[in-house]
Amino acid sequence: MDRYDVLIIGAGVTGSSIARELSRYDLKIAVLEKASDVCEGTSKANSGIVHAGFDAKPGTKKALFNVKGSLMMEELSKELDFPYKRNGSLVLCFSKEDEPKLDELLKRGEQNGVKDIRILSHDEVKELEPNVSDEVVSALYAPTGAIVCPFGLTIAMAENAAVNGAEFFLDHEVTDIQKAEEGFLVKAGGDNFISKLIINAAGVCADMIHNMVCEDKISIVARKGEYCLYDKKVGNTVSCTVFKLPGAYGKGVLVTPTVHGNLLVGPTATDVPDKEDVSTTAEGLSKVAEDGGASLVSLPARSVITSFAGLRAHADQGDFIIGESSVPGFFDAAGIESPGLSAAPAIGVYVAGLIKDRLSAKEKDNFIKTRKGIPNMALATVKERQELIKENPLYGRVVCRCELVTEGEIVDSIKRPLGATTLDGIKRRTRAGMGRCQSGFCSPIAVSILARELGVPLKDITKHGKGSEFVDDHK
Amino acid sequence: MKRKAVIIGGGPAGLAAAVSLKDNGIEDVLILERGSSLGGILTQCIHNGFGLHTFKEELTGPEYAARFIEMAKERNVEALLNTMVVDISHDKVITCMSKDKGIFTIEAESVILAMGCRERPRGALNTPGYRPAGIYSAGTAQRFVNIEGKMPGKEVVILGSGDIGLIMARRMTLEGAKVKAVAEIMPYSGGLKRNIVQCLDDFGIPLKLSTTVVDIKGKDRVESVTLAKVDDKMTPIPGTEEVIPCDTLLLSCGLLPENELSDKMGVKLSPVTGGPIVDESLNTNIPGVFACGNVLHVHDLVDYVSEEATLAGKFAAEYIKEGERPINGPEFKIETGKGVRYTVPVTVHPDRAPELTTVRFRVGNVYKDPEICVYMGDKCVLRRKKQICAPGEMEQVIIKKADLKNLKDGEKIVVCLENVL
Repeated sequence: MDRYDVLIIGAGVTGSSIARELSRYDLKIAVLEKASDVCEGTSKANSGIVHAGFDAKPGTKKALFNVKGSLMMEELSKELDFPYKRNGSLVLCFSKEDEPKLDELLKRGEQNGVKDIRILSHDEVKELEPNVSDEVVSALYAPTGAIVCPFGLTIAMAENAAVNGAEFFLDHEVTDIQKAEEGFLVKAGGDNFISKLIINAAGVCADMIHNMVCEDKISIVARKGEYCLYDKKVGNTVSCTVFKLPGAYGKGVLVTPTVHGNLLVGPTATDVPDKEDVSTTAEGLSKVAEDGGASLVSLPARSVITSFAGLRAHADQGDFIIGESSVPGFFDAAGIESPGLSAAPAIGVYVAGLIKDRLSAKEKDNFIKTRKGIPNMALATVKERQELIKENPLYGRVVCRCELVTEGEIVDSIKRPLGATTLDGIKRRTRAGMGRCQSGFCSPIAVSILARELGVPLKDITKHGKGSEFVDDHK
Repeated sequence: MKRKAVIIGGGPAGLAAAVSLKDNGIEDVLILERGSSLGGILTQCIHNGFGLHTFKEELTGPEYAARFIEMAKERNVEALLNTMVVDISHDKVITCMSKDKGIFTIEAESVILAMGCRERPRGALNTPGYRPAGIYSAGTAQRFVNIEGKMPGKEVVILGSGDIGLIMARRMTLEGAKVKAVAEIMPYSGGLKRNIVQCLDDFGIPLKLSTTVVDIKGKDRVESVTLAKVDDKMTPIPGTEEVIPCDTLLLSCGLLPENELSDKMGVKLSPVTGGPIVDESLNTNIPGVFACGNVLHVHDLVDYVSEEATLAGKFAAEYIKEGERPINGPEFKIETGKGVRYTVPVTVHPDRAPELTTVRFRVGNVYKDPEICVYMGDKCVLRRKKQICAPGEMEQVIIKKADLKNLKDGEKIVVCLENVL
């Protein structure tokens, strides 16, 4: 049985950020993840927005960590080499009567310390975003709003943590936690772990983990959000992230370019009883089209390339639950719904700080601060491409024609620390299969490469872990 | 590198165009192919039924491809395999990428677009439900079965009755899978009649028309799909749902010409076909850039692809030999009348046109006993009775240069169906 100083439950953006920040210190760290890869839950299916920070109520943890995290994101993207773009955010107001709400948001933003935030008139909005609906009366503009690749961010932090010694145990669902003499005994994926401290970053399941240990129960509701993703051909429909004035269930349906140049519209908000219910619905998808369409002159309906749903981890009390629980040594980073992605870097630093103090941990002198991502042939210049192909000819063999992803990049994604072991893993690391044909052409090639590199038969290759096999042998 | 004729794509269209260029006196012909072999999608189409028009015999896809590959070899057509074209500029500079050669450019005198098409993915259908393993486009499944020798599943539902879906219904059945149903949202099939008979009827596979998938269950692997009837607006009718347990859903919901390169280089595309807008010589709006095969419009039979590509090769050869010809004489547009969705070509030049020009088109519905008509101005120059016209089958009419020469300024050419409701 292995003994750890800290055990993090959940390898989403929150768990990975905490793991990365903790890996600065001389600590023995384990991350337990029930899925077959990092970034398999809420972190993989969201808006990919770095919120400027005008939405959260001043004084809340959401506001605090959002603003801090958002300020950290750009530098982090350079350190860890993931796609990030400051594109600005707009909140549209469609009636004179609603304008006081816009003013309220402005005030909130100023109170939260959001920079350069201001109200634009109809004409100013149309000049900035000609495709925004002509009905718009005015809008709040926050130039510090940004977009990020949610997979890129999460995987980069997890990889960097792994390189700095954090041990990741995938396919390790936590089934039991007991108080032990010096800390906790945790059962996961058939293995036992002993750890001084536990950090609960289990997303929509964080209540189950918390309630295994603590008397004061918490409840996390899975709030489903459905999205439609549009072809890159219409990716420049808007340049800012376009919100409407928020309602009771969150910020409503937004329209945004993604950091990769697609157009993303969503999410809906429906509470679901099943914490794994990521199915899309006919009602949800038509609501996305309808609400998204209302923000624009017209939404290019025929350019949808895929739709998906994600689950937000909504805590009853409406704010993040961050810090030590009633049980000493058991820390929560729970209820991390929007703006959780934006907040993650700051949550990581804060929670790691708590742990460091508790264990009087020392900073390592060999911490590797930076991480270089997989080369990106699609974005590389001609000269860079030449050099890459010279170095490794596999960078010249295109596998995914829609996103121009080469065999070299796919092999890299498998061979890296915490490398891909599934087709979805390859997709999130390289974008192979994310284009307009949605993996029709490249999936047979990609699964063959995966089987070859992992040294397993093709029939064992999965989409996202055991049970999601693609093919069987002829029988 | 400067080349006379460069063909983008080494499938049936590219091969036939290459052979034709050689036969029309162009020595310098280069095919750029992203795959590791010539033949394109034919290499995975191991069923028969190819070549009835071209070779007067029934061949399999690989056999049909092999005949053209052989012809190309005999004529010393040069082909670069594993070579991806990443860009073509408006003035025909082609940027390629390959494992062996890295990045390189080719200045082409003439370019023939022959990139084929791709399948419409689930996302474009907005089918709700989970996104587990077990959902494949029919062509992807075909590759798994016929090339990789692996079975994508055992209990199958197919959405869409396009030809690849129908072929895969039979193929999966022959390989031991149970194909439970083919659902088609339209009130008619999108595939060839002969495929309905030979691939569904002969195997007792039900074709459910006006039916679509309204839900997909299964978190890891497909566990069931829910079918429902649709009304005439293609909206599912509540109460008609039927849950079919299965582990696989194949999609055969249409093919889309793959024109990202063409679009980027400034080739004008038709919103109906998704393919380039061409004149009678299959020239796009850019002089010297021709298009043929499924990149131009989706064909039903490969024989017609070869025929069209042969013509493209001939016109490209003329272009190379004569240089950019001045547009002598007027240009007339071919308009689509009742029942006709599109035509290829879209424009004709009476002064330049050959003695006979084949105009291919598809109809938008199933029509019984229609008359296919061509009008030039007020005059009906062609009227042909048919038993049936259906969207799954490509139609054609042949127009004569003599008739074209009679067109007066401002007159239109119209292809339409008559004697239909």
